[in-house]
Amino acid sequence: MNGVKDTILSVDRLTVRFDASPPLLKRLVTGAGRRTVHAVEEVEFEVARGSTFALVGESGCGKSTIARAIAGIQRPSGGSVSFMGVDIAGFRTRHAAMPYRRNLQMIFQDPYASLNPRWRVGRIIAEPILTHGLMTRGAALTARVAELLETVGLSPGDTAKFPHQFSGGQRQRISIARALAANPAFVVCDEPTSALDVSVQAQILNLMRRLQRERGLTYLLISHNLAVVAHMADDMGVMYLGRLVEQGDAGQILGRPLHPYTRLLLDTVPDPRAPKRDRARLAGEVPSPLAPPTGCAFHPRCPLANARCARERPLPIRVEAALVACHAVEEGRLPSRPPAAQQSFATSGDAA
Amino acid sequence: MSALLKVEGLRVEIARRGRVMTAIDDVSFEIAAGEILGVVGESGAGKSVTGTAVLGLLERPAFQAAGRILFDGRRIDTLDEDAMRALRGREIAAVFQDPLTSLDPLMTIGDQLTETIRTHLDLTQAEAVERAARLLAEVGIPAPRERLASYPHEMSGGMRQRVVLALAFSCEPRLIIADEPTTALDVSIQAQILDLLRAMCRERGTAVMLVTHDMGVIAEVADRVAVMYAGRLVEVGPTQSLLAEAAHPYTRGLMGSIPDMHRRDVELAQIPGSMPRPDAPVPGCAFHPRCGQALPRCAVERPLTFTAGASEVACWLADPAARSAA
Repeated sequence: MNGVKDTILSVDRLTVRFDASPPLLKRLVTGAGRRTVHAVEEVEFEVARGSTFALVGESGCGKSTIARAIAGIQRPSGGSVSFMGVDIAGFRTRHAAMPYRRNLQMIFQDPYASLNPRWRVGRIIAEPILTHGLMTRGAALTARVAELLETVGLSPGDTAKFPHQFSGGQRQRISIARALAANPAFVVCDEPTSALDVSVQAQILNLMRRLQRERGLTYLLISHNLAVVAHMADDMGVMYLGRLVEQGDAGQILGRPLHPYTRLLLDTVPDPRAPKRDRARLAGEVPSPLAPPTGCAFHPRCPLANARCARERPLPIRVEAALVACHAVEEGRLPSRPPAAQQSFATSGDAA
Repeated sequence: MSALLKVEGLRVEIARRGRVMTAIDDVSFEIAAGEILGVVGESGAGKSVTGTAVLGLLERPAFQAAGRILFDGRRIDTLDEDAMRALRGREIAAVFQDPLTSLDPLMTIGDQLTETIRTHLDLTQAEAVERAARLLAEVGIPAPRERLASYPHEMSGGMRQRVVLALAFSCEPRLIIADEPTTALDVSIQAQILDLLRAMCRERGTAVMLVTHDMGVIAEVADRVAVMYAGRLVEVGPTQSLLAEAAHPYTRGLMGSIPDMHRRDVELAQIPGSMPRPDAPVPGCAFHPRCGQALPRCAVERPLTFTAGASEVACWLADPAARSAA
């Protein structure tokens, strides 16, 4: 974002659309048209090497689709993803994509579904090392697997066990060991702790931070949990209905959010340290990505929306360390927010 | 204040392949009329088993091995299935995590509501439909009359959970057992459902046993909190004071492990190890192997319950005798 940073990942106008049309015959009979899910629309962001960039948003906002596009599991409909200076859409063969795949690994939400139940832990962790031809079978590989297990807080004796012999937290440690096996520069973490209890979540988050410090890893963290994002992220992007509405320095966005959606999202998070605080509420539900609203997609739920918001899509503008796509911000209609951020946003909006 | 629900020394065991495991043990608590009690704990702590036992829905191989459950002064754990069924839905209603499993996919919303209403209340079909529409309006469903003809799959997750709330409240129960009612929902929808639940209970004086793993949800709605660990209650107290200064080392560890939105860049507190499983019970205090302050007696003697501030705590550290000796 500023030239000083060493950018490892650059996402440019990334768009992913899914065809959700009824079958051809039904379309011909009923006269129904094609339907397209606008999962991700023209998303742009950059991730600096060694940092954590978090994408937050509610279900269906497109955050996991972005993760899948970056990991090469989902082909983009438009735009580009450039990783370590190479456009990943340009790979014509699996072979050409191998160095990229080695440097970019993924941790998934469900440690029960993402580990092969019929493989022993040793084989699960050795697989990426063998696939990428980094080592051959032998004593050195065994030692490497043992070292990886110790790195994530498991014992080298665990190699002979099957995934079902471990708890959810331990399985996520195995997933992390597998992700680290090929010595990647970048790890995409899609809701890595959502399936875990809070005390186990704390263990995994502490482990992820320690590994980042020790190995200079870069994380793309996908999460719906703003407290987890606050704990982990250097930079963050807030998504709504396939678009980034606000992005930039995580401290600024969490401390002084600008976009009305970010503000309301922060107000809805229950905080065990502030019981029964008085907060603004986000009315209504996220509209269907099959038919996103015109103009700013958030305008039907936004307390500050006017005719322009319904008509014209806002473009991102820079405010200090953040980019915000909102007409109210651009026009200076945004009400100031109390520093404690615990008062009702709707009422302060009325006063402005 | 007399208790609406009183659970005394409840123990649930699971018999499997000739072995008997204890799922919850010696669980005692009360819920006053109109009170919201949050029951919180991690997976496997026994909080859902407790709710299931109160509803009389324990299924083999789980069974109640000891204790009593009293509703409005009357013992309900010894009722036969017919009497319990008459009570469920009428006096005690349930809300579960996944609205899709609580709703029949083949019945319209209207049919499900009127069926429940007419099972328990002496109303005509027209009166039941009227009541169903009023309930849908109250839980914030737009165009409630038209929605009566909808099927569950035609609604969003948040709307479905509103329908489940309408069903739960349809016969004006005095107690609702809500088991992770918002866990499957996004935070903004979760806030809407919690607000609705709280408002409807306050208006009607309905008591709630709210089972959840989320301390944030507890902070939002509960009057009092009961913390469970490895099948036992470790701490019970008023929400504000319990969240601000927990007395039990487990509760303190749990609070410390929750990331704080306003204090970044701090290492999260960790509770080492994991909760013992029912097939490998721990002698003494079940938390002692993970507790940083464990005393020698914690490994052998099961802690009694002591008063610490506004809370009741099952922990030897709270023993006034030990404290005066120290």
